[in-house]
Amino acid sequence: MISYLWPRFLVERDLRRCIRCGVCTRQCAFEVHHLYEEEDWVYSDESACVGCLRCVTLCPTKALVVRPNPTQPPPNANWTTEYLQNIYKQAETGGVLLTGMGCDKGYPVYWDRMVLDASQVSNPSIDPLREPMELRTYLGAKPDSLEVERVEGRPVLHTKLAPQLELAVPIMFSAISYGAISYNACESLARAAAELGTFYNTGEGGLHRNLYRYGKNTICQVASGRFGVHADYLEVAAALEIKIGQGAKPGIGGHLPGEKVTGEISRTRMIPRGTDALSPAPHHDIYSIEDLAQLVYALKEATDWEKPVSVKIAAVHNSAAIASGIVRAGADIVVLDGIRGGTGAAPTMIRDNVGIPVELALAAVDDRLRREGIRNRASLVVAGGIRCSADVVKAIALGADAVYIGTAALVALGCHVCQRCYTGKCNWGIATQDPRLTRRLNPDVGARRLVNLVRAWSHEIMEMLGGMGINAIESLRGNRLKLRGVGLNQEELEILGIRHAGR
Amino acid sequence: MLREAVLRDEKDFSACSIFGMMSPSGKRVNGEPIIRAMANMRERSNGLGGGFAAYGIYPQCPDLYCFHVMFDDHVARKQTEEHLRRDFEVCDSGPIPTRPCDGVENPPLLWRYFLLPRSTDDCDIGEEDRVVRVVMEINVKVDGAFVFSSGKDMGVFKGVGFPEDIGRFFRLEEYEAYLWTGHGRFPTNTQGWWGGAHPFNILDWSVVHNGEISSYGINRRFLEMYGYSCTLHTDTEVVAYAVDLLLRRQGLGVEEMAAVFAPPLWSEIDRMEEGKRKLHAALRQVYGSLLLNGPFSVIISNRRQMIGLTDRIRLRPLVVGSGRDFDYISSEEAPMRLLDDTVSETWIPWGGEAVVFELKEEAVPELTVPIEVFRSEVPLAARGTGRAEG
Ligand code: SF4
Ligand code: SF4
Repeated sequence: MISYLWPRFLVERDLRRCIRCGVCTRQCAFEVHHLYEEEDWVYSDESACVGCLRCVTLCPTKALVVRPNPTQPPPNANWTTEYLQNIYKQAETGGVLLTGMGCDKGYPVYWDRMVLDASQVSNPSIDPLREPMELRTYLGAKPDSLEVERVEGRPVLHTKLAPQLELAVPIMFSAISYGAISYNACESLARAAAELGTFYNTGEGGLHRNLYRYGKNTICQVASGRFGVHADYLEVAAALEIKIGQGAKPGIGGHLPGEKVTGEISRTRMIPRGTDALSPAPHHDIYSIEDLAQLVYALKEATDWEKPVSVKIAAVHNSAAIASGIVRAGADIVVLDGIRGGTGAAPTMIRDNVGIPVELALAAVDDRLRREGIRNRASLVVAGGIRCSADVVKAIALGADAVYIGTAALVALGCHVCQRCYTGKCNWGIATQDPRLTRRLNPDVGARRLVNLVRAWSHEIMEMLGGMGINAIESLRGNRLKLRGVGLNQEELEILGIRHAGR
Repeated sequence: MLREAVLRDEKDFSACSIFGMMSPSGKRVNGEPIIRAMANMRERSNGLGGGFAAYGIYPQCPDLYCFHVMFDDHVARKQTEEHLRRDFEVCDSGPIPTRPCDGVENPPLLWRYFLLPRSTDDCDIGEEDRVVRVVMEINVKVDGAFVFSSGKDMGVFKGVGFPEDIGRFFRLEEYEAYLWTGHGRFPTNTQGWWGGAHPFNILDWSVVHNGEISSYGINRRFLEMYGYSCTLHTDTEVVAYAVDLLLRRQGLGVEEMAAVFAPPLWSEIDRMEEGKRKLHAALRQVYGSLLLNGPFSVIISNRRQMIGLTDRIRLRPLVVGSGRDFDYISSEEAPMRLLDDTVSETWIPWGGEAVVFELKEEAVPELTVPIEVFRSEVPLAARGTGRAEG
């Protein structure tokens, strides 16, 4: 069958600059570039190009330009390139459309429709370079009140607090499994979390033995497939997370193709080498909220009640009611993952059409928990589409205790969001198990890049806090007066619990 | 009602003068000295709000709740009285005595009620919680009514005007109290509304406050979780409810309350010895949403205590001084010197350090101090109203 697809990108090579060094041919796992040494000629097969820009970045003479293909079907507001190409693909293969990373549709990004406040005159702004500025955050259940006794006139704390996670900055690295990404990427995240005084999340792929030493900064996930879940795994973690759903693919389980299940991964996940790792859509021991409560308490029992237990759900229409149930089921942390959250592999239709923007879910959940008087019983963490420090500040002002960053962290490691993670050919050495490719990501450099990113964001967060005249992050948390909407309708403003700019 | 206009803004911004004086032995003095003290700090207010709290003023009925209520009209009054009668026996009621006074315009109807709570079968909720609930209900539900004082043997007097004018309007020279606090307001963006003046009060607690609390948004949402509705949209109201929650309902001490409102830095907490560290860490973890962030100095009082506190990095002034009969907390030193020759020592507390003056255990607030113990022989008019005396 002839393929009717046409290349999405054009690869242009400036032949006056090209020195036929062959770097691009070696760098591209999609085999776009071909060097014919005898003919002193480099040729590009554009149809394979995914636009990851690896070749452009590494070409020593900057001879390459990759740009969207100007060749387009006849203009049509409905039948765009995307729909035509999807149909050709499916007509040719009969398969489900697959993709990677988060939803790339133009749904409103509410972070971009909210602006922040700053103090003027009646309330001095604070200069974080000269004055203390506190970002430390504790995640975990808080009691309604503290009991303090007087012993010989001195106050002594009587209440025993539930276990807490101490974060030096309210930013953690999202669940990304070993298998979806390379060992080197996992190690980069683990080391960065340890250096930053925060946490990374194993995702559903278990934890490689070499990374146990970063356990104090590790949140171990328990997902429906239970891959790699055993006593040591629970024991080594700082906290446990039950994954119910994921923003990129609410309602469906994970799928790691057998090609990615190498020796180390099969050992870590405790599954045979080369088999597809399919996690079921639901947990088959959780068909209702009371079943979830059982798993929460089972995990707490198994770890002597020493670790907070988190429950992660995808942001969907009735997140607020679900979150309330989760808190009542004993979770110490609730994670909301929005529609723009990333993934290693998901059916395109699900990724792009199921779930809701996390901003709305966050506002609704925070409101609901407050109305029920149980907001303090669990911390709220949001994930899915946090792109910069201002997004973090806005999320916290809306009501989050902390955020998870996934895509942003991978971008720091080199990811260019080409959305081809499911192919296992990530040229940046991240979403791949091919040793030729994983070598490209050096954990020393990876950890440094992540630490730099989060440090930079922390400085920016401090500047924004100082500008508002606030010197501790807890005074921003849920402080929606610090937000104003721009270009939002009444209903949106109401859901977000903010006023329009100018009011 | 004017309040509607105020409600559009979530909160007001103000810079103010605050003053408090208390006799630890329970000696009482009339409102003249504190009026004079407030007049001395006139530059710190702009005539858009002034007020006073006085403790020990109703010794004839110290066990009755005394509600001071402002009404837009008699319809609001009738509705409110219906509400009151449901939960209380009204022992006495009538307009609060006032006199016409230059600089005080368009006062609302001002009434006071002496109330005895009816006994009830509802044992889930204590008497004080019931009183709080009634206050909240009236303030939220009755259009044109606002309860601005609800304690026992104490009262708040406040309105739109310079504090000294408000003091004369309410004839404060006719009341005698062992604890007075006063407030002059300089709001930058709200029209004056009588209810929006300080002090703020709930039960016996009253708060006068200078500053702007940047954490207002979350302080308020946290308190709402505990059933407080912040109807006034000012940060001072939030302080009053936070005090009520922490000290009365949750039984924390003043020290812990100070550590919640203006906590030590984490770096300081990390260096504390084990027990203290655990306590302070827990206070921040559990009550972080009540941290009052931003510049403030505040005087919090109840029937036995007068507490002064500034924010953790002390962005607003607070001076403390002690004289022979009275202890003082003030925005400035001048007024306490003006009032009292016997003030020997004054000091400035650290940011976040609570200064607490208490009524002595044995003190029975009955003695009345003759006004002569204070220095001011010169009549107020002759002093001008502007500057501190040099
Ligand atoms: S990497 Fe650049 S210089 Fe080298 S062959 Fe490719 S295009 Fe030419
Ligand atoms: S991780 Fe790799 S494959 Fe996935 S989007 Fe990023 S660059 Fe592309």
